[in-house]
Amino acid sequence: MPLNREFIGRSFVADTPFLVGREHIRQFALAVGEHSPLCHDLDAAKAAGYVDLVAPPTFLTAPGMWRPVVPTHDPELGLDYSLVVHGEQRYALRRPIIAGDEIVVSATITDIRNAGRNELLITEFEFVTTGGELVATGLSSLVSRGTAATATRKG
Amino acid sequence: MSTTVGYDDVEVGTRIPEREFRIRRSDLVRYCGVSGDFNTIHWNERAARDVGLPGVIAHGMYTMATAARLVTDWAGDPGAVVDYGVRFSSPVPVPDDDEGAAVVVSGVVAKKLDGNQVVVNLTVRCDGAKVLMASRATVRLT
Repeated sequence: MPLNREFIGRSFVADTPFLVGREHIRQFALAVGEHSPLCHDLDAAKAAGYVDLVAPPTFLTAPGMWRPVVPTHDPELGLDYSLVVHGEQRYALRRPIIAGDEIVVSATITDIRNAGRNELLITEFEFVTTGGELVATGLSSLVSRGTAATATRKG
Repeated sequence: MSTTVGYDDVEVGTRIPEREFRIRRSDLVRYCGVSGDFNTIHWNERAARDVGLPGVIAHGMYTMATAARLVTDWAGDPGAVVDYGVRFSSPVPVPDDDEGAAVVVSGVVAKKLDGNQVVVNLTVRCDGAKVLMASRATVRLT
């Protein structure tokens, strides 16, 4: 079933901020094999001029997944998650994400379009601290395999 | 906030030597936990095969994070990456053994920008296939 184009242009804001935890940064860094002392050792981070531990560059995926702001499971959208693969991802960081940051995630579905037999769901994200500082933006493209209206459906 | 590589030390064409990173099933389980992405295809063989995959595959975001290590290690500061984008072109199957998958990453400085920033183009392969395309990191050097 094709995705519901009425969702294009809709924006969503997380109802509570995401507190970036020091241990979460350590655990995330450990999981992705990022061994920089700036992600693990508070003294090293401070010596390098940071107020706390530094998150690896793709850390912002965590608030996005733990607190999904885009209603990908809303039946009205019509997305079958078992058909979804990740197409593209980008983060633009105005500054590094640091332990203690409280971040409010907002997202706008900027496009839903066909790409051959597939559909693309394009979402743009903003990550703003509770102090009002825009710290990062992001772009995600999800591929919904074989759901384009013109596609020949498998029996 | 200082990098181990200086802006003046690099030029367009400067290469970051190739490195091999291993991705094992246990890494994916850890990544499920820290990222919040518990999609079954990243840890459950049966679920992965049910949707036509050869087996468990790495999260695209895990491969993206792995490739970033080439750049953060080179720069000496994970906070130096100011922009990072990839396209996921091919899945990374992670076998159920102690070796895991081998992801091979190399980089080259493609542009020098104002503000001590450089654009690094990354080549990311697994079993000869390019698993990330248009993989590009902008890094602020000192």
